[in-house]
Amino acid sequence: MSAIRVENLCCTYGANTPFEQHAVKNVSFEIERGDFIGLIGHTGSGKSTLVQMLNGLIKPTSGKIYVEDNDIWSEPKNIRNIRFKVGLVFQYPEYQLFEETVEKDIAFGPSNMGLSVEEIENKVKNAAKFVGLSDTLLKKSPFDLSGGEKRRCAIAGVIAMDPDILILDEPTAGLDPVGRDVLLSQIAQYQKAKNNTVILVSHSMEDVARVTDKVMVMNKGQLKMFDKTDKVFSRCDELNEIGLRVPQITKVTDALKNKGFDIPEGILTVDKAVHVISELLKKEGKL
Amino acid sequence: MRDIAFGQYYPTKSIIHSMDPRVKLILLVAFLVLTFCTLNYAALALVVACVASIVLLSKVPVKMYFKSLKMIVVIVLITSALNLFYGTGEPLWEWGFIKITLSGINNAVFVAARIISLILISSALTFTTSPTDLTDALERLMKPLTVFHVKVHEIAMMMTIALRFVPLLLEETDKIMAAQKARGADMESGNLVQRIKALVPVLIPLFVSAFRRAYELAVAMECRCYQGGQGRTRMKILTLHKSDYICTFIVILIIVGVVLCNVLLPHTLR
Ligand SMILES: Nc1ncnc2c1ncn2[C@@H]1O[C@H](COP(=O)(O)OP(=O)(O)O)[C@@H](O)[C@H]1O
Ligand SMILES: [Mg+2]
Repeated sequence: MSAIRVENLCCTYGANTPFEQHAVKNVSFEIERGDFIGLIGHTGSGKSTLVQMLNGLIKPTSGKIYVEDNDIWSEPKNIRNIRFKVGLVFQYPEYQLFEETVEKDIAFGPSNMGLSVEEIENKVKNAAKFVGLSDTLLKKSPFDLSGGEKRRCAIAGVIAMDPDILILDEPTAGLDPVGRDVLLSQIAQYQKAKNNTVILVSHSMEDVARVTDKVMVMNKGQLKMFDKTDKVFSRCDELNEIGLRVPQITKVTDALKNKGFDIPEGILTVDKAVHVISELLKKEGKL
Repeated sequence: MRDIAFGQYYPTKSIIHSMDPRVKLILLVAFLVLTFCTLNYAALALVVACVASIVLLSKVPVKMYFKSLKMIVVIVLITSALNLFYGTGEPLWEWGFIKITLSGINNAVFVAARIISLILISSALTFTTSPTDLTDALERLMKPLTVFHVKVHEIAMMMTIALRFVPLLLEETDKIMAAQKARGADMESGNLVQRIKALVPVLIPLFVSAFRRAYELAVAMECRCYQGGQGRTRMKILTLHKSDYICTFIVILIIVGVVLCNVLLPHTLR
């Protein structure tokens, strides 16, 4: 059973006005359970629109979305249940915080699900642990947190609903390098621990290369590629054509390979590259 | 949310677009007064014909005008219905206590035509003039009031900023609403109290962000040495062109025409 299946999805903003915009054009794909997917594309390529359709916030102009083989718009009244199943963390989610304390804010989602007090408490604790928010922070006002802490608080607010599918829209945008790395590892850990489906929208190729299994590439509203991460990043020329680039380290190792060194294709992280190159040097007796 | 179009600026090229906003503003006021000075059908027809030609000349799709009319259609219907039944004189048709007289019908037609002209002509102004041009024109026209220590520049600046913030805040509301819906907030069902409560998670972030934006804007303006209107020069200097004089002349002709109609022909309204 697939986690999400999408058929011929289209979304048009401002239909029949001078501002008409086809944000998503005829997109079809299928995501298996437990996959960690990266969604990359230029600004304005329709990533945010696509993920908002996946959890029923935007109704598609045409096409179908199946979550666990159920058409999500077959009963528009139950769309709220889909949003609990497909958790979406918006871009810059820190601007949605509103409660008195961090704890209460994280509890907003679970309480909307109508859970009991103990269950809510449990979920809040777990979610806070996943994103690394300490107990003292939980009692603070969300408006007193630092930018990175606010971000993690908002992400915890969605994780606390325990969605089967977690979608994060550019979760690392605007964070400092250390904050990015920490948050990314936390998301990866969450995915491993729960073995949930996670979709990570990003335009940082390094981030996507580091953690995801598969990558979708969007361009001008269309789905251009959907494949294993190393396969996608070995198609360097095609990516360049649509204005995306491969991770820098992949560029370096590909260049080495072209020079005739015995290096496999599609190396995505610095660690892996260091490993491969030092092996190579050892073999040649230079290390 | 973003669909709310209170006569938003519609950028194209037309004679009306290229007119000086000050002239447009003055002519609009003249026209509004004129619509209410029509006392017989000839005068009314003249005004309506003129409104229609302005609508067509503006090159804004007629559909947009219908959209702005849609909002007031109820008001038009109610006021003309009231006028219809409160006529005086010989009843043409009677049913119980409901009487319809010739003067009632006349009243209804005039009220409907006047309100519709009013909306169309004001929409024509907002469709063809960008908000900044409009406040600019207002500032210029109110300049004489500085004699009475009215802070004309400050008022105009506040209006410009407010107008600029309306679409921004609407967009922000959309985003926050979507984000809270993603956390299962229910904004569509429940009784009045529940619905008002459901707005709290939207309003608090909205206020926070509005204050943040206001603060950032203030800092940005200060960084560029903004200190109010004194000694400020203008980037865009408004000048009157031939078309402005021609349009003013035409409107004066129409005013004369309406006055002549009123004087020479018998009045339909008393
Ligand atoms: N609410 C909206 N109304 C109108 N147009 C929109 C709206 N949201 C996005 N768009 C347009 O749709 C296109 C895709 O936007 P988006 O999905 O946000 O792209 P991305 O997330 O990849 O940057 C853009 O051209 C954008 O201008
Ligand atoms: Mg986006």
